[in-house]
Amino acid sequence: MKKKNDTVTKWLLTIIIAIIAFIALFPLISLIISSFRPSTELMRDGITFSINWNELSLDNYVYIFTQAGEYWQWYGNSLIVSALTIILSLFFSSMVGYSLALYNFKGRNLIFLFVLVIIMIPFEVLMLPLYQLMIDIKLINTYTGIMLPLIVSPTAVFFFRQYAMGLPQELMDAARIDGCTEYGIFFKVMAPLMLPSFAAMAILQGLHSWNNFLWPLLVIRSNDLFTLPIGLATLLTPYGNNYDILIAGAVMTVIPIVILFGLFQRYFVAGLTTGGIKG
Amino acid sequence: MTNKKFKQNTKDYEFGGGNIAEPPMRKRTRGFLNSKNVVPYVFVSPFIISFLILTLYPTIQAFIMSFQRILPGQVTFIGFQNYERIFNPAFFKALSNTTIYTIATVFVLVLVPLILAILLDSKFVRFKTIFRSALFIPSLTSVVVAGIIFRLFFAESESSIANQMIGLFGFDPVSWQYTGWSGMLLMVLIASWRWMGVNVLYFLAGLQNISKELYESADIDGANIFQKFLYITLPSLKPIMVFVTTISIIGGFRVFEESYVLWEGNSPGNIGLTLVGYLYQQGIQQNDMGFGAAIGVIILLIIFIVSILYLLITGGFKRGDE
Repeated sequence: MKKKNDTVTKWLLTIIIAIIAFIALFPLISLIISSFRPSTELMRDGITFSINWNELSLDNYVYIFTQAGEYWQWYGNSLIVSALTIILSLFFSSMVGYSLALYNFKGRNLIFLFVLVIIMIPFEVLMLPLYQLMIDIKLINTYTGIMLPLIVSPTAVFFFRQYAMGLPQELMDAARIDGCTEYGIFFKVMAPLMLPSFAAMAILQGLHSWNNFLWPLLVIRSNDLFTLPIGLATLLTPYGNNYDILIAGAVMTVIPIVILFGLFQRYFVAGLTTGGIKG
Repeated sequence: MTNKKFKQNTKDYEFGGGNIAEPPMRKRTRGFLNSKNVVPYVFVSPFIISFLILTLYPTIQAFIMSFQRILPGQVTFIGFQNYERIFNPAFFKALSNTTIYTIATVFVLVLVPLILAILLDSKFVRFKTIFRSALFIPSLTSVVVAGIIFRLFFAESESSIANQMIGLFGFDPVSWQYTGWSGMLLMVLIASWRWMGVNVLYFLAGLQNISKELYESADIDGANIFQKFLYITLPSLKPIMVFVTTISIIGGFRVFEESYVLWEGNSPGNIGLTLVGYLYQQGIQQNDMGFGAAIGVIILLIIFIVSILYLLITGGFKRGDE
């Protein structure tokens, strides 16, 4: 008797959650379907329940692949900026986090306190002075200018520190006895042990940089340096004259990330639950 | 204790190790750069440099700028004039919009993810990983993509999904983007859709940390499912709830992008003007950087006061000390 009841609850709950999950995914699904609809119709009606299946076509994608040179320019910019941000921020943040976790030195606690304080300061407050600084040192409208504030990420430092705290310190001693330099210990012995944390932070930094909006909006001036979010946002006008690029383009900014997520779920989850602290 | 042992080892190494064949000078510089007293500073130097240039300097500068009138090539100190100008109708509109937005998002983004996490954690639910991923995927989209989707969902036309749905209940079509209450609704929806999954994960992590023994002993005492929820689950989740609420409050007061993707920085009648939006409008679009900086300082103060108050009320500080 009780068993039967359990089965009912089981399926009832599963169905409820399935409905909620569908609602969560519905906006993305309908965006994907809409990207096959004629852009004029989409502009006029918005996303609708009724879909005229005969009208669906690859036209928007054909257009974007053949005519929309600037879209691919933005795509390239986003790829370059994100790749460089990942490489540089992982390199620097891991060193800092590792050092904070495994060395005992004067000022360590103070530096760690600063890491925590920076996580708490809203970026928007520093935005104008930073913008002014970028103008002064002529980094406005450059890749460097976009990346600079992200390169030593306090969130990543914090994450690497937490991870490195769990590493066996005996290995460092063993390496020292074998004549390894301190740098060699980090690069050859300890960093490989921190690989899962590198994966999580690569994903967090990559996602953050790929989707970053406010700062690039200030720093980039010219169309040929736009990243995807900034470029797409310029197409978002009430007149809707660019909807073919806009919708298909939006789909193509999300799909690569969703595929990556499918492959590296675990690291996404680890990265985003730390990263949630700072958007 | 381990540290002492460490130092001992390094000393041994510094005396006995090293390459004897190398010339003494080189050995000394190499020894210096490689000593355990210097290496950690080399490792943290990127942080220190970035902290000084990209955080400390702008923070100080933000305060200084807020007392200045900044024109190209001409900067004058004007005392508190920027602050005196702040308290105007547009600022209060931004403040009230931001406050409403914060209250709404905190409410939605704590309550709904909490319920979802509890459902997902239940032993009755199947395909947990798939559902967790499904809830999480919206967090991967950029705010611009979310803006595109919601603008089209809530398009003015009669046949848009939103207007069709309210049509079922007999309401007339709404021009969502251009009406006060619905503009706010759109902002809250975009934020909720994108952040829901992350908060679910926080709560799931919290739920998984609750010791199973607590539930077992409650079973022995004959507690029912609601008593268990009320006396075990909720109190155990309190720290994570305080955490999620705090970051949602801070995130709420920082809102800008949700408004930007709906109205590109100029909403009709300021229905979507937020505090950071006002900062952007004045500091960047109007190029009044001193005034913008003053708005920034006010935003910092508001966030600081509200989060401290919240943590005092909930006892969030005490917990940290324990």
